[in-house]
Amino acid sequence: MDLAALLGVQVLYAIASLALISLGLAIIFGMMKVINLAHGEFLMLGGYAAIEANRFGLNIWIAILVVAPIVVGAIGVVVERTIIRWLYGRIIDTMLATWGLSLFLVGLTTAIFGNTTVGLSAPLGSFEIGRYRMSAYTLFVIAVAVAALAGVLAALRYTRAGLIARGTMQNGAMAAALGVNPGRVYAVTFGVGAAITGLAGAVLAPVSGVFPSIGGAYVAKSFITVIGGGAAIVTGTTSASILFGAINQLATYATTPVFGEVALLGAAVVLIRVLPQGITGRFFRRSL
Amino acid sequence: MTALLLETRGLGMRFGGVQAVRDVDFRLAERELRCLIGPNGAGKSTFFKLLTGQLQPTSGEVLLRGENISRQPPHQIARRGIGIKTQAPTVFEGLSVRENLWLSAARVARGRQAGAIVEDMLERVGVGEVAGRIVGELAHGQRQWVELGVVLATDPDLVLLDEPAAGMTDKEVLRTADLVREINKTKALIVVEHDMQFIRMIAGKVTVFNQGAVLVEDNVEAILNNPTVRDVYLGKQAAA
Amino acid sequence: MSGRDLLGLVVAGAAGLAVLILTPIYFELDTVLNLTVYMIMAVLALSLALVWGFGGILCFGQSAFFGLGAYTYAIAIINMGESTAPLLLSILVPALFAAALGYFIFYGRISDVYLGVITLTVTLILFNSINSTAGPEFHIGAARLGGFNGIPGIPPLNWPLQKDKPVDLQGMFYLSTASLIVVYFGLRALLASRFGHIIVGIRENERRAELLGYDPRAYKLATFVIGAALAGYAGCLFANWGAFVSPTIFGLAQSAQIIIWVIVGGRGALIGPILGCIGIQWLTAALGANAPTGAGGFAAVLGNAPLVLGAILIAFVLLVPKGLAPTLADLTGQRMRAR
Repeated sequence: MDLAALLGVQVLYAIASLALISLGLAIIFGMMKVINLAHGEFLMLGGYAAIEANRFGLNIWIAILVVAPIVVGAIGVVVERTIIRWLYGRIIDTMLATWGLSLFLVGLTTAIFGNTTVGLSAPLGSFEIGRYRMSAYTLFVIAVAVAALAGVLAALRYTRAGLIARGTMQNGAMAAALGVNPGRVYAVTFGVGAAITGLAGAVLAPVSGVFPSIGGAYVAKSFITVIGGGAAIVTGTTSASILFGAINQLATYATTPVFGEVALLGAAVVLIRVLPQGITGRFFRRSL
Repeated sequence: MTALLLETRGLGMRFGGVQAVRDVDFRLAERELRCLIGPNGAGKSTFFKLLTGQLQPTSGEVLLRGENISRQPPHQIARRGIGIKTQAPTVFEGLSVRENLWLSAARVARGRQAGAIVEDMLERVGVGEVAGRIVGELAHGQRQWVELGVVLATDPDLVLLDEPAAGMTDKEVLRTADLVREINKTKALIVVEHDMQFIRMIAGKVTVFNQGAVLVEDNVEAILNNPTVRDVYLGKQAAA
Repeated sequence: MSGRDLLGLVVAGAAGLAVLILTPIYFELDTVLNLTVYMIMAVLALSLALVWGFGGILCFGQSAFFGLGAYTYAIAIINMGESTAPLLLSILVPALFAAALGYFIFYGRISDVYLGVITLTVTLILFNSINSTAGPEFHIGAARLGGFNGIPGIPPLNWPLQKDKPVDLQGMFYLSTASLIVVYFGLRALLASRFGHIIVGIRENERRAELLGYDPRAYKLATFVIGAALAGYAGCLFANWGAFVSPTIFGLAQSAQIIIWVIVGGRGALIGPILGCIGIQWLTAALGANAPTGAGGFAAVLGNAPLVLGAILIAFVLLVPKGLAPTLADLTGQRMRAR
């Protein structure tokens, strides 16, 4: 019974971390159709931002929840204005340019921070499930994931900014005719996506540490989740994370972590074959 | 009576909640020329897509010379002798006119014979002087003709033309009408058009589509004088 | 064929022969060894130039076939001792894998972006799987897979069916360069054929090709498999060159490199990717070699391969999106033909 509860929490954690690392990308890809292959590096930068802020004496929770998103969000805006804006509509070229950006950022952080893994300790202690101990940080990650998903959903549906963003993404020229500045909307949207990604990177930093090339481990999984999820940002990310996260964790539990990875990747390939438009291409079609 | 080339029985296409094509019974004889008209959204282009296999019907069937081709993939249907010039030109934009025609001719002939077909087509549709130019750089009218040449090069028995005169000058329209009449000497055609002058020029029977179904079929003059058809175009009629 | 095209062919052939014959005479073995791997990578670049540059299939995981070829060769020759069969297998295994994967992708009507993600995923699956095979229990016959340690001490190719006559270092150079020349001219012939024209048509407008009666799925599959076979062969040569193979061959970095070569060299070109590949490899080596250890400032930046490569890639996409060869062709007013 305890084992089931333990496994349950682990599955929730796997789902939550997958959702967190994918949500920012879902916003960027879902709304702007931009394939940002530097996504993993945004995660990595979020981690470094939190670690450095913490090193400078800032409270760790502020470093993770406030500094990291702001820093990476700002970087996102810069990237959008300098690189992405020239490549709208050119999907393949965006992929390639952001791949270049990814390499560039890895090189840059290696030069600045060196190649070793830096860690971050988040003092939250542990809790018990029957005879098992679990780090309470796990629950924190799950909480942040839920909050992020709910926050984005609420922003899209209930705020004026969300409506403007959705409108501009559907039809930029029309939005401009109504007085909206599409360039600004794109920059802010990309920035928000980057900020959420930075947040995710910072939240996960205490779990696995940060090093310059850690992005590589995340980029494939987040892409797979976003594409598997389909066009709807929040529903897609949530449903795909549930599916892949559960498969990943259960396979890891049954065999090895490596096979857990392979199972996730394999499931993705099957899903895309069966549902070429992702989960929300067929189910929950009109959702956000 | 000439043999039946194309027949659809109860053909229907449903997208989610929308019935784009509804229970269409359509017949076309060999070498017959039919015009297909109707307001926007009436289902004409969808009907074409069903004929070429780009869409699979949700009900009914398409028969080519008696054979049910409804479930076949587009490339196989094309090989059976159906060619289509689409509403927005579907050509190899980055390649030259000659290369476009060659790719089409190459599907039915080899080497020198293919070359001969290319030269023939260049002349027939009248794009000889731009043979070496990239299609993407051509004017709209010329691109339409190139596409016509590409379609004809495989020598199909049924040619579908989706708005062949769209965006053309009066002179070009006349030329296109001539071409259509000439093509009709050896092939069957279904022409979708909005330009009534053009339709008058090529004459023949007219089928009127409305809201996915066949409204009426008659000859040109009768259709043009039909009050129901006028109302449908002006939006006064609801579902027939 | 026009006079210009013929001249181009002759020049390419002459240049290739010159490199083949003169290099070992005028250069040190060191240099010859370096040049050998450039030739091998150029073959790999050509494989993607065919699949992507001409076929329009953006395969993010071409390194998967490269790695499969290398590993197949290594495993086979350790088990068999004689290299003829392993060489053939190193071409066959990636080709068969590509046939299965390609069938799954093309007959499943999976579109461009998703194809990129799937091929990327596949190469990652291979990387993850093989990376974790470090224990002695992971072996195929006599060959231990070695996990992240890789497979060292791979026996070299020998003259066909003559087990006791291995190909030496200089011989590897001849083989690799000759392979590059043969693959280049072979691809030119393929692209000039009916098949070649059709795959370009499919790339230009798949819908129209289909409406004319060509089955795009079959043509794309064929292109994909040929590309995989070429990449596999390059993998075999690579395993020979270094006598070593490790899972990084399946990694993202390797896949990225191949794509960069083709972008820089230009899609719709063959010479371009060859030169792009050799140029970038040389640049990476020169940068790495010239940065003194522990140096700061400019030298450290130049020696930082990802930094420089990344910047180059971004610059190329923004400024020279068509790649070197097509842009040069545009500037000189020529139309780009397969060259």
